[in-house]
Amino acid sequence: MTPRQKRFAAVGLGLLTLGGATALVLNAFQSNLVFFFTPTQVVNGEVPKGRSFRIGGMVEEGSLRREADGLTVHFVVTDTAQRVPVTYKGILPDLFKEGKGAVAQGQLGADGTFIASEVLAKHDENYMPPEAAEALAKAKAAGAQSSKTVIVQPQ
Amino acid sequence: MIPEIGHYALILALCVALVQGTVPIYGAAVGNPRLMALAIPAARSQFFLVLIAFGCLAYAFATKDFSVLYVAATSNSQLPLHYRLAAIWGAHEGSLLLWTFILTMWMFAVTVFSSHLPEAMRARILGVMGLVSVGFLLFMLSVSNPFERLIPAAVEGRDLNPLLQDPGMVLHPPMLYMGYVGFSVAFAFALAALLGGNLDAAWARWSRPWTTVAWCFLTIGIALGSGWAYYELGWGGWWFWDPVENASFMPWLAGTALVHSLAVTDKRGGFKVWTVLLAIMTFSLSLLGTFLVRSGVLTSVHAFATDPKRGLFILSFLAVVIGGSLVLYAWRAPRVGLGGGFAPVSREGFLLANNVMLVAATGAVLLGTLYPLFLDALDLGKISVGPPYFDSVFVPLITPALFLMGIGPLAQWKKAEVPALAKRVRWAAGVSMATALALPLVLGEWTPLLSLGFLLASWIVATAVVSVREQLAHMTGGGLIAGLGRLPRSYWGMLLAHGGIAIFIIGVTMVKGFETEQDVRMNVGDTATVGGYTFRFDGVQNVMGPNYTAVRGTFHVSRDGRDTTVLYPEKRRYLAQNQVMTEAAIDSGLVRDLYVSLGEPLEDGAWSVRLYHKPFVNWIWGGCLVMAVGGALAVSDRRYRPAWRREPQMVPASAQLAGRQIA
Repeated sequence: MTPRQKRFAAVGLGLLTLGGATALVLNAFQSNLVFFFTPTQVVNGEVPKGRSFRIGGMVEEGSLRREADGLTVHFVVTDTAQRVPVTYKGILPDLFKEGKGAVAQGQLGADGTFIASEVLAKHDENYMPPEAAEALAKAKAAGAQSSKTVIVQPQ
Repeated sequence: MIPEIGHYALILALCVALVQGTVPIYGAAVGNPRLMALAIPAARSQFFLVLIAFGCLAYAFATKDFSVLYVAATSNSQLPLHYRLAAIWGAHEGSLLLWTFILTMWMFAVTVFSSHLPEAMRARILGVMGLVSVGFLLFMLSVSNPFERLIPAAVEGRDLNPLLQDPGMVLHPPMLYMGYVGFSVAFAFALAALLGGNLDAAWARWSRPWTTVAWCFLTIGIALGSGWAYYELGWGGWWFWDPVENASFMPWLAGTALVHSLAVTDKRGGFKVWTVLLAIMTFSLSLLGTFLVRSGVLTSVHAFATDPKRGLFILSFLAVVIGGSLVLYAWRAPRVGLGGGFAPVSREGFLLANNVMLVAATGAVLLGTLYPLFLDALDLGKISVGPPYFDSVFVPLITPALFLMGIGPLAQWKKAEVPALAKRVRWAAGVSMATALALPLVLGEWTPLLSLGFLLASWIVATAVVSVREQLAHMTGGGLIAGLGRLPRSYWGMLLAHGGIAIFIIGVTMVKGFETEQDVRMNVGDTATVGGYTFRFDGVQNVMGPNYTAVRGTFHVSRDGRDTTVLYPEKRRYLAQNQVMTEAAIDSGLVRDLYVSLGEPLEDGAWSVRLYHKPFVNWIWGGCLVMAVGGALAVSDRRYRPAWRREPQMVPASAQLAGRQIA
């Protein structure tokens, strides 16, 4: 091969890899991005159907209930404006507490219950999940503007 | 008083670093040997000054000096001494000091092992490292001072995060930083080459062992972090594609590419500009990793902005280092030259393809890690990019590189013939195909990923066997053992490191394919069976630790009626912050781990419990260890020893010839 052909081969290989990687990335992005919604958005029906997403907010005081199997739990996530009931089967993280922030990932059931496949906790003593904090802040800001209508801010 | 001495030492170190970062480089530019010679005393005194500062902070922790803000924030009087000392790198300020300290350690090492380098080269290398050090010292002194006083002093410290109170976490940051910062040597070398406009094989030979050593440390550091997550977080995962993990994995991927690219520059004088670019890239990713983890930007981009001075400094520092070195690269790289030519099918060609794949994988990880941060920073919504993205992108990108790993060491430099190569690996291909098809069936389950895992692992091992056999065939005389002993250490190191990858792949494949887990409610006396092992819950009792109280469960594990072991998982409550933590109990073995962690207490003494059976999980970290040992072995090869220390060569000519072809 001449040096020119070699250069083309090298550039071609590079482009091919780049293209392949881009295709993979886009494809994986398409199906694996998880969006975050606040309880207000969930109640207003802005969430995708049949697709996994995250909700965050405060675990309402006194809402945690455990079924007899010891593993299935029910609790309510709220941003103080709206409440979303959540069901989760599994062991909750150490930092999960009523009255504290939490983020859950899962799908919305037909009856409006959020079926969580994962409840997330980060490891920090001062931790309020940023998504949960933001959900509360948004609801608060919306509440300050008008106590009657709930203004939904764009994401 | 002691903290002030530490603070003062840091200020002095900054002054020295400023001199070290400018005068020797200027000296090298104008050819003044006296200015260049300044680099060594400057680097050494900087090392001692930062050592003093580090010692002062350690002293403040040892003596529980809660009038130092950082000490009060990350330790507690109940905390045992070894964890108080580990708390030095338990948070932002102290870990920056550790970073700087390790940087000066590497500098010191450079001054010791560089006597055979041209004076100008050494001056430039130490100068560039001095400039990096200026950035870190300036950062600490301006916005992130570990010696800042808290007046009036706190009566009691806030305590180190209980998760970090663990031997694995004590070792993980220093190891990781040894790796991150070790790449600064390769980086300094690359910039020195750009400044000097000269990059020859001697350059590569000199910087190869440094890069490999840094790579070994990074490998161990990542493995420790992964192991820690496995047993400490209590959910039995060993890799989560968490941004914190990705931050350390990206420099590793780029560093792996660099190690291989340097091999080509060393052996063939090729890939020159590419090697320089990779060196810049690897160190930039190390810097990015440090700051991603330590700036708080990952917890929330807004937390990053709550201390705008820090954020601004970090962004400008990254911009200066990365932008500056890329500008220098664009300006000077043409002078360095491309290096020797080669055919597409040749060892160079394969190594280039491997490099491209590794860099593409790095890019994919980088994108997945930073994209959510960008969106959030621009207020375009909150998203998260989870493990499925990384799994589905990373596996296809890295698989070709793993395939090439087997074939690369067999190909000739410069130009190889495909038919001849295919003939040489045909039985290796046959064996690995057979393993890939048969082994999953023997184990009782067949999935494409299982097969792929076994295929790659056995391919790597089988091609290594082919390679060793061919090496021995080249030699004349001597027995098998003598022949094996005559192969150079760098060759064995390479085989061992590649073998480590194979071990790692087996571990991942087996865990992914055959692990079983169960979340279950257990009353006292209940049994549950996971992976053929029966776990009996014998209730809990209260125990006291030095700075925590705990509930300890007792689990009797048996298999086919025979007792295997007794496991004692704990639920700890750390007193300083009243924080609850799960301490899993693990029975480790070569072919399986049994893992129990306590969930929550239910009524009547019952508990929710996590039980796992993890086949071959230790192979994951074992593989990393083998990789690192391989790297260390390669570095100990005689070819890297300075000429004046090299023993007289008594190796027969044939072995030398063989040694030259490989490695």
